Order: sequence, then structure tokens, then C-alpha cells
Amino acid sequence: MYRYDEFDHDFVKARVAEFSDQVERRLAGEITEDQFRPLRLMNGVYLQLHAYMLRIAVPYGTMNSKQMRMLSHIARKYDKGYGHFTTRQNIQFNWPALSDIPAILADLASVEMHAIQTSGNCIRNVTADHFAGAAADEAADPRPYAEILRQWSSVHPEFSYLPRKFKIAVTGAERDRAAIQTHDIGLHLKKNETGELGFAVYIGGGQGRTPMVAKKIRDFLPEEHLLSYTTAILRVYNLYGRRDNKYKARIKILVHETGVDEIVRQVEAEWQALKDGELKLPEADVAAIQSYFAPPALKPRPEGDEVIKLARLDSRSFGEWLDQNVFTHCNPDYAAVTISLKGIGEVPGDATDSQMEAVADIAEQYGFDEIRVSHEQNLILPHVARADLKAVYDALVAIELATANSNLISDIIACPGLDYCALANARSIPVAQEISRRFASLERQRDIGELKLKISGCINACGHHHVGHIGILGVEKKGAELYQVTLGGSADEHTSVGEIIGRGFGPEEITDAIETIVETYLQIRLDRSEKFLDAYRRVGPAPFKEALYASEAKAA
Amino acid sequence: MKILTANRLTDGEAVWFSTDGNWAETIDVAATVYDKAGEARLEAIGKAAYDNNEVVDVNLIDVSVVDGAIHPLRLREVIRAAGPTNRLDLGKQARPAAGAA
Ligand code: HEM
Ligand code: SF4
Repeated sequence: MYRYDEFDHDFVKARVAEFSDQVERRLAGEITEDQFRPLRLMNGVYLQLHAYMLRIAVPYGTMNSKQMRMLSHIARKYDKGYGHFTTRQNIQFNWPALSDIPAILADLASVEMHAIQTSGNCIRNVTADHFAGAAADEAADPRPYAEILRQWSSVHPEFSYLPRKFKIAVTGAERDRAAIQTHDIGLHLKKNETGELGFAVYIGGGQGRTPMVAKKIRDFLPEEHLLSYTTAILRVYNLYGRRDNKYKARIKILVHETGVDEIVRQVEAEWQALKDGELKLPEADVAAIQSYFAPPALKPRPEGDEVIKLARLDSRSFGEWLDQNVFTHCNPDYAAVTISLKGIGEVPGDATDSQMEAVADIAEQYGFDEIRVSHEQNLILPHVARADLKAVYDALVAIELATANSNLISDIIACPGLDYCALANARSIPVAQEISRRFASLERQRDIGELKLKISGCINACGHHHVGHIGILGVEKKGAELYQVTLGGSADEHTSVGEIIGRGFGPEEITDAIETIVETYLQIRLDRSEKFLDAYRRVGPAPFKEALYASEAKAA
Repeated sequence: MKILTANRLTDGEAVWFSTDGNWAETIDVAATVYDKAGEARLEAIGKAAYDNNEVVDVNLIDVSVVDGAIHPLRLREVIRAAGPTNRLDLGKQARPAAGAA
């Protein structure tokens, strides 16, 4: 795992001291809110409905037990005993007092964590495949490159005041688990025919009020050019991105309005001047950073198959969890585990202080001290010996985090919505909870199969609704909540934006509507192997519209 | 009918300007106004408290009074006054009811 160098230590310490001083002066009334707001946002402090909110970066979603324990400590000491893991692989605390934030940041700094660049018009936390460094299907671990981008983008003087926020995601596998095509820059790390590493580069993806799928602008960029090429893209964006209208300020709009060909021409021209300069990555530096991410020494544990076979016979629910929440590791004796933060009827992404503490213990004992946060708001143990899976499962059962629903309909992404968020139009969490309860039966969920349901409480789309197989968007209509449904979105290597199916549904209708959609799918699928998304792509919206609205049309 | 609300600077707590001239932590004691003159008076109080660094995010909000209790018209303000609807153990709604002690 990456360790901070001296620069990081000193920088984070200096920033904590600086922000503590700013908070003190704010509380003393020496600086106004107008002056303070940009400063607090630079340090991850928002104001929500009930309180301030602190967003803490988990770079590319990777942390160790000590860091997880610190998050647990913060939840317990300064907050209300829980935290919310987000689609940006961050964690948010919903109740900190402004006056406590300097102490929280000092505690975080002691475990090499911080909240810098989690807000503002800068390059945000770089996200990555949550199975990075563990997945059997990856060409290489994308995290060293995410780390290089993190170092390069941290307080980057040229790119700290961009037209708008800027999000980069990296994956190292063909199967995209990092939703790279919904990001400002998406990078797909891969090998060419001669085995060299490089990136397919996508730009201009995004969600929010104008969802767009990123355009591929390079099929193979040799790895040494990562920073020069990224710089070229950011230069073009920084220069030409619109600053007159915040709704048109993201790079996706620039790409759309300028046209891909012209943007590519500009980027390539800029790059020609940069590519052989100081931004070219020296092999030695890449190797040094890669060594930080060297996989743990995984001892042979061939007894796994036998242990699992017996445990399966013993416990059906263990078997179900194994089938659903365990992912193939590059080492056949090991597995990657998804810890579902989507217990039936629970708040997607929330974990209590004691759950965090227990996950830290499990990771320490069985998981080589590594924990990941996934953009799907779950936690991951990337390296667990198959022989230890039953022990891990039992430990998760004890803290009620063993729900076997990874990738099923109750594995819902939901933003905080109107229960917390000052920008929301409607609630997201209770909708997620009710749908989860409606589909509580695991047997039914497994029969339905892979189905990604994503909910946002307003058009900012923090809950990824545009790219949900089923997306739900909360809007306000005549003072009441209304939920608009989109179908056919997807955030994988075949990213698509969902289509609005028809008029919206009230809070008391939405769960029924989702059930109608699911039942329609079950009727039209060719067989169990045809997933929801594939069936939708085959037949289109018509049967779903018919099922949802036909009786109305007849009545009218 | 309107009342004045904000979040307290130090801890972000949602507060309402009350009939006794303080910022109260619960909505039930908020001072209601019925006309432009009343609104202007509350706005001035809000601006002064903001300038004085007591509160942030100051807003006049629409309410109605039903059986003597103040009800915000927008759900957003109902939730601010009570707490998250999915966690009845958090926010104002988790406090012992006034007079119930
Ligand atoms: C106080 C809470 C939050 C505020 C004020 C906020 C604000 C915003 C805004 C304004 C946008 C639209 C940006 C644009 O279109 O240019 C946005 C997008 C987004 N936010 Fe949030 N957000 C909040 C919480 C969250 C949470 C909890 C998550 C993760 C669960 C999240 C993840 C995202 C993502 C993934 C996007 C869409 C990607 C994009 O196009 O940028 N946000 N947010
Ligand atoms: S989508 Fe809207 S409601 Fe949900 S967290 Fe983002 S800004 Fe808030």
C-alpha cells in the first residue's frame, strides 16, 4: 500500500494548521462566511440541512485497518456513531461541529488521511477499480497510476481553479468496474501486442443535469505519457471550458460543443509541446510507486477448496454469500470479498462505528490489512485466503454485514437525498429502503439476477441514476416528491445513459412501479441467463411502458 | 405566513428566530410574521445575525399554523425541523418532547 512521503506529511500537517487557524478566525468572527466558504470547501466541509458535513478522501478507495479504526473513532467521538461511504470512494460524516473539525483533521492526519480536494473546482479524488491489484481479469494494478495522478494533481497551481470540478477514474481490466466512461477523464490501463503498458483515454463523460458518455480519444497511450497527456487535456479544458455558466462548465460540455475531432486536435497539439519534457514519467519513478502497491506475500493456502466444500454443506447461507459476494482473485488460493453495506432495509453506504472497527479487525486478521471502498458504496477485502472465507463470513454475520446481495436489486446506490442534502428535491434513502424491503427475499433477488438500481435526490446525479439499469431521480413537483424512472443505463465498458420511461411516480407508488418493471422483465426474458439490461436492450421500453401505463391510457 | 431560519455558525445546528428574540433549536417557538412589514423585520434580523457571525444560510420560509403548531410548507423545511426521516433517533425529533420530561 502507498505510504506518504515527507512532502505529503509536511503538506497535510501544514494544511491542518492553516485550516485550524481559519476556523478559529471564523468562529471569532474575524472572517465572513463569504470569505470562509471557499476555504472550508477546499477542506471538504459542506453545510447540509441539519449540520455541517465533512467529506474525507480515501484515495482510489484504498485504506488500512488503522485508517478504518480512525474513521470509527471519528464517528464515535465527533459524530453520531456512523459514517456514509460514497460513490466517489470517500466517506462523509453528517454531523460534525465546525469547532471540532480542526481536531478531526488532526486525528486524520495522524493516519495519513485528509479532506483536501474533496470539493471545489479542482482535480478530485482519483477513483479506481475496487478490486485493483486483486482481480484475476486485470492487465495491471491501476492504483500506481492513480497515485501518480494524485501526487501530480495535489495543489496543482495551474489546475486548482478549473472552470468546474474534475474527476478522473482508472481501471486495469476490460470489465470496467470503475465507471470510467462517466468521468471527465477515464483511463483504461492495458497491454499492447508487445506487452507494454498504456492507456485507452476517454474524455468528456459525466452525469449531473447533462449526462454524457465519455468519448475514446486514444486507444493506446504509452504509460510514460500519462501526465503529459493528462496535462494537455486539462490545459485545453482550462483555457476553453466555459466559466460563464456553471451548468455548462464541465469538460463534457466543451467536448460536446467543440466536437471530439477538434478537441483531439487541440489536445494533440498541446501534447506535442509537452510529451518529451519534464512530465514524461521516468521508469524508475513508476517502478518505485509500483513497489508501494506490491501485492502482499500470499502464502499458498491450497486447503481452501476442501474447507469451502465442507462449510457449504454445513451452511446454505454461507454458500449463497460465497456465490454472490466473493470475487475471483488472481491467486487461485485467494478471493476478494464484497462486504455489503446494503443490509435489507438499511441505508446504502452507512456503517456504524462498531462495524467499522470490526471490519478493521477482520481485515487485520484475515485480509492483509487492506480495505477498499467501492463506488457502489460497499467495502471490499481484496485479499482473503479461500480457506479463511468461512471465518470471515462468520465475523461479518456477527456485525450484520453478511447480506449476500452484491450486484442484486437490493445492492442499491443512493445519495443522501432530502434527508440530509441541502440541494435535494426529494428523498433517496427511504425509497432505497422500501425497495430493499420489498425485494427482501434473497431467493427472489437471485432469480431476478444482476440488476443495478441507482437513486439520486436531484439532477446532480450523485447517486448515478442515469447509469442505473433502473435509475430513479427524485424531483419536486408542486411541493411534493415525485420519482422519475429511467431504464437501460449502465456504467460498465458498454456505458449508456438510461431513458425516461414516462410520467413520474409519487413516494407511495414508486416501489410498486419498480416491482412492475421487474415482473415485466421476468416475463420477457428469454431465459435466466438473459440479464435485465440485456433484455431491455433487446426489446426496448415498449413492454415496460405498457405494463406501467397501459391501464391509464385506456382509462383516458 | 413566514418564519426565519438559519444554521448556527459554530456547529451547523438548524435554528429558528423565536418569539423571545433568540435563535431557538426547535421550530415550535419561531416568531411568525404575516405581512411584508413583518418579513422585512425578520430579514433585517437575519442579515444582522449573519453579519454578526452568529448564523449562516439564513432564509425566510413559508409555514402554516395548525392547531397552534407551526408547519413548514416545504418538505425540506419539515425535515430540517425534525431530522432525517429514516433515522428517528437523530435530529430534533429524537429530543424528549417539550414539557414531556
Ligand atoms: C452535501 C452533499 C453533496 C453536494 C452538495 C453535492 C453536489 C454535487 C453537484 C452540484 C453535482 C453536479 C456537478 C455537475 O454536474 O457539474 C454533483 C455530482 C456528483 N456527486 Fe455530489 N454532492 C453531494 C454529495 C454526494 C455524495 C454523498 C456522493 C456519493 C454518494 C456524491 C457523488 C457525486 C457524483 C458521483 C456526481 C456525478 C458525477 C459528475 O458528473 O460529477 N455527491 N454533486
Ligand atoms: S444528487 Fe442531489 S440530492 Fe443527492 S446528494 Fe447529490 S446534490 Fe444531494
